[in-house]
Amino acid sequence: MLVLVVDSSTPAVTAALAEVSADGVALRAARCTVDARAHGELLAPQVDAVLADVGARPADLAAIVAGLGPGPFTGLRVGLVTAATMGQVLGVPTYGVCSLDGLGHPAAAGEPVLAASDARRREIYWAVYDGAGQRLAGPEVAAPAVVAERARDLAVTVAVGDGAHRYADVLGLPVRDEPRYPDPLALARLAAPRIRAGAPGETLTPLYLRRPDAVAATGHKPVLP
Amino acid sequence: MADEPLVLGIETSCDETGVGIVRGHTLLADALASSVEEHARFGGVVPEVASRAHLEAIVPTMDRALREAGVTIADVDAIAVTSGPGLAGALLVGVAAAKGYAVAAEKPVYGVNHLAAHVAVDTLEHGPLPEPAIALLVSGGHSSLLRVDDLARDVVPLGATIDDAAGEAFDKVARLLGLPFPGGPYIDREARAGDPAAIAFPRGLTAAKDLAGHRYDFSFSGLKTAVARWVEARQRAGEPVPVADVAASFQEAVCDVLVGKAIDACRSSGIDTLVIGGGVAANSRLRAMAEQRAGKHGIRVRTPRPKLCTDNGAMVAALGSHLVAAGVAPSRLDLPADSALPLTVVSV
Ligand SMILES: [Zn+2]
Repeated sequence: MLVLVVDSSTPAVTAALAEVSADGVALRAARCTVDARAHGELLAPQVDAVLADVGARPADLAAIVAGLGPGPFTGLRVGLVTAATMGQVLGVPTYGVCSLDGLGHPAAAGEPVLAASDARRREIYWAVYDGAGQRLAGPEVAAPAVVAERARDLAVTVAVGDGAHRYADVLGLPVRDEPRYPDPLALARLAAPRIRAGAPGETLTPLYLRRPDAVAATGHKPVLP
Repeated sequence: MADEPLVLGIETSCDETGVGIVRGHTLLADALASSVEEHARFGGVVPEVASRAHLEAIVPTMDRALREAGVTIADVDAIAVTSGPGLAGALLVGVAAAKGYAVAAEKPVYGVNHLAAHVAVDTLEHGPLPEPAIALLVSGGHSSLLRVDDLARDVVPLGATIDDAAGEAFDKVARLLGLPFPGGPYIDREARAGDPAAIAFPRGLTAAKDLAGHRYDFSFSGLKTAVARWVEARQRAGEPVPVADVAASFQEAVCDVLVGKAIDACRSSGIDTLVIGGGVAANSRLRAMAEQRAGKHGIRVRTPRPKLCTDNGAMVAALGSHLVAAGVAPSRLDLPADSALPLTVVSV
């Protein structure tokens, strides 16, 4: 089954095609561009491009997998709305996966690992995975110093992700180079059981983790002195 | 006519998620989801709240529009979407949605100008627009006067507000008078029982010295302050505030300036068609005053019904249909959402 994977939760805008079969998941094509300000421009042409790469048409897709974040809101929504609208037109199920799982799951190698992406405002989105890649904590958003403490409590020995690179000093952990951004093959693998089972698709709800910045209107400010 | 283009339009520039479907100049569906109630306690539209609401609403709103029109996306000839101007994050949801639909259904996509769409929607009600025409577009987000030489390609800005949008002034005065948000309909209702000549509120940028540099520009900030001063003076003196009279006098001042400048633009260029659009065009006094004053000069006023004046998907579909019929090339798939899209750019 040909599956489209999209993730726009980090500066990396990703579109990929994966083949999900009974005995495995293989990456067929992937396009990834790192540009924090052009998610809206980049994603749709990349979806078009990966389809062209394998000579497929949209109607050949059997399912769509999307990274649910957490991530900066504006960019994150691009991936989710793209997945949701394509799923609607094609009549195929859409499945969400926590984008941090796309970092932490493939990075797991026996020891607990911290996955982190940049949340701006001097904070990171983070989660911790056990040696087998199962999420132990998170996703949450916090200052790197706070995350460092939580990671120590959870016996984390290594970190992964661009958020970990950016705040490596504060986190005080060795940082693995790859994956730096959510790995589309990992996202497809994590959704594969649902895809194979033909599970009903889900509404793609972003993991915002923060409320909108807004203050309730106060009374009128007088203009007379 | 079966060979008229079937076009789907998506609008998300502010707080309304709209999906409209038209064939030629015929409206087939106009589905809308609004987040206005979520913004009420903030006294204005909160961009992030609006963006979140668009993401939740787009798929169900599209479903409703398709059902209402009795078509599928496979049937449409093109997908049009507001690419600007508007709230950046809100626009981006609509643009990304339009691309998702376009890629999946293998259809062309047109990124269009929100203001030109406010003009185009009138074709659904009154047929093809005589060109050139003057358009007055007034809402909570914009207040512009423009000349439409060719609705598909050539729109010329004549003037715009230099501070608050007209609809914003309605919202602020409504709050001052203890009326709910959005203020336009409540001011309109209160004003019906009031005397429009009770208080002489200022008409911004209409003095001879202002006309030299701002003949077709608007300013509503001074008016808003004048209303606030008047109301506060009453309150401090312990006197009751005559809400109906304040509403009527304020509304009269706004309409007087809008209509005066629009008619001046028509007369000075010898153009006899005036289109009025945007949420404030739903104001009953504005409609009546424009009809009455334009009639004296042989100018025909075209104003779509109130539901089509406020932001909606039908207006975007109407402009898209016009572009397809005019042979305008579609946008590229990397078309951006542009919160400051210039008025002169009808389609991206
Ligand atoms: Zn508008």
